[in-house]
Amino acid sequence: MSDKCAQSRRNFLSRGAALTAAVAIAPGILLYDFARARPVGEPASGKVRWGMLIDTTQCESGCDECVQACNRENALGSDTGATAPQWIRKVDLEQEGSGKKLSLPMMCQHCAEPPCVEVCPTGASFKRADGIVLVDKHRCIGCRYCMMACPFEARSFVHEPVLDHSGATPRGKGTVESCTLCVHRVDEGRLPACVEACSKSGHQAILFGDLSDPASEISKRILSVTPTHLRADLNLGTGVSYLGLESS
Amino acid sequence: MTQPSRSPITVRLTRYFFVLFPGVFLVLAGAWSAFQMEEHGHVITGMNNQVVWGLPHVFAIFLIVSASGILNVASMGSVFGQPVYKARAPLSGLLAIAMLAAGLSVLMLDLGRPDRVVLAATTYNVTSVFAWNVLLYSGLFATVLMYLWTLLDRTMGKWTKPAGILVFVWRFILTSGTGLIFAFLVARQAYGSALLPPMFIVMSFAWGMSVFLLVQSGVLWWHHLPLEPAILKRMKNLLALFVLAVLYLVAIYHMTNLYFSRQAAFERFILLDGGTATLSFWLGYVLLGTLLPIVLLLTPLSARVCNVLMASFFVLIGAFSFLYTFIVGGQEFPLLVFTGYKVHSSFGDGMIASYTPSLYEWLLGLGGLGVAFVITVIGLGLFNFLPRDVVEKASVSG
Repeated sequence: MSDKCAQSRRNFLSRGAALTAAVAIAPGILLYDFARARPVGEPASGKVRWGMLIDTTQCESGCDECVQACNRENALGSDTGATAPQWIRKVDLEQEGSGKKLSLPMMCQHCAEPPCVEVCPTGASFKRADGIVLVDKHRCIGCRYCMMACPFEARSFVHEPVLDHSGATPRGKGTVESCTLCVHRVDEGRLPACVEACSKSGHQAILFGDLSDPASEISKRILSVTPTHLRADLNLGTGVSYLGLESS
Repeated sequence: MTQPSRSPITVRLTRYFFVLFPGVFLVLAGAWSAFQMEEHGHVITGMNNQVVWGLPHVFAIFLIVSASGILNVASMGSVFGQPVYKARAPLSGLLAIAMLAAGLSVLMLDLGRPDRVVLAATTYNVTSVFAWNVLLYSGLFATVLMYLWTLLDRTMGKWTKPAGILVFVWRFILTSGTGLIFAFLVARQAYGSALLPPMFIVMSFAWGMSVFLLVQSGVLWWHHLPLEPAILKRMKNLLALFVLAVLYLVAIYHMTNLYFSRQAAFERFILLDGGTATLSFWLGYVLLGTLLPIVLLLTPLSARVCNVLMASFFVLIGAFSFLYTFIVGGQEFPLLVFTGYKVHSSFGDGMIASYTPSLYEWLLGLGGLGVAFVITVIGLGLFNFLPRDVVEKASVSG
């Protein structure tokens, strides 16, 4: 009898511990549901489509944790001059008429039909099978046609020599660059730096995951809401979408 | 003791190098500027992340579009059998090659990585209109050189017409391709219009004819040959027609934009509030580049040769002004991403961008003009590119 009691107590404790752990790490799991590190050498899979859902109602005006995290991760510096690179930026919006104010992070929208890739003469701009749009820095000739073609002004041109090479991504003067969706982290099964920073700051405004997986949190969330895709009229199939943004 | 008198050949060579010198000076200035941009990056230019194509593109596109238009003279001669134009076909071909080479030089040296330009040929993206243009530009060089060969080598004379037709078709496609570079930019208010390729073609006719008239008069003056008023009259009438056709297409472009309410703010910027871009459009393109030449070309004022040449010069001022407004003004206006919202960010969202070309950009562009000048002068020194009817008439009378 005492053995039975002890066993049920152990079961209760172990289940309780599991439940506590599940509750404690659930938000992490929700944000981390894509966590499948890709072995080195294995090409990106077309079965995956990485994307982001940005909840503007959770994004605080004046908070730029995501921008700072991106700058740190990629050693971009914090300069915001006209020639400085900005892979992600905070945009403040005020709706005409109602005066409703919004704030949101803006970066490469990782289009399914990226205009930058179509216009690039050398194929330096390319889209991986998993939907991440990148620039091959060894192939970019710096013609800036992709910057002209991008509907979101998401790309920056490196106007001067790069002195700090401590970032995760190779950078070089005279080439074009933009948000890589932290591809180096994603391939390791980690979150993009901006998503992680937003989560750590307690805003939880950016949800990252596999849009192709119906079981992923981002897919489930998108099914339950009506996200807005920027410049939807261009039918680019953007991988980034926004919540709380009306009539864009 | 008297100084030995200089031989005629020495005098001619001295004169030749005297003429060549300004062009060489400009080329060296352009090369120095390109080196500085390569060394320090585009941070020394006025360009930034909003205005990514600046003054060098204005020069480059002017040179490339004009190169195509100059071939109109050759086409009128070899394709449509007009003797007056056929006599000028060699000069037209030479100028086309000179201006195309110049335009491509500027375009290439304005790249972020001009050292990698070979990649444009070795790693080819078939969906890129830029990549198509790489083929079209090199193809135009080849076809015009072939055409010049048939003109200069009497044994090849029977191939002149087929080569002329090939050049005619090729330059038509090439100028369409240049217009398409902008027409395919669907997200920008200034571009993304199917009207642009035909507009560029007609602009090439006007600009090319103006360059041709000015260079022809300069070349004849240099060789002490007369400029036939009757021939000039025919060419100036054609120029007036082209200038009017450009005005028509530019008006249609803006009027269609004005009709679309989503384009209204952009049109207001270009036509009213755009500062330099607006001034450049109204004063440079409309007044000096269109209305003044029309008056000079279609009134009794056109009886004087200098007025026709002045009209040609002002058409070129209009060309630069139009391209400045089109390229720079088109980028200064912010992209429309969030309809119905006032927008602000650290990256210039919702704000008019600013752009002031730096000395380096001016020198690079002027260096391009120098390249065209030097190639033309060297070509004229090595081959017989003078208008044949003028030379024959002068030799008969002289």
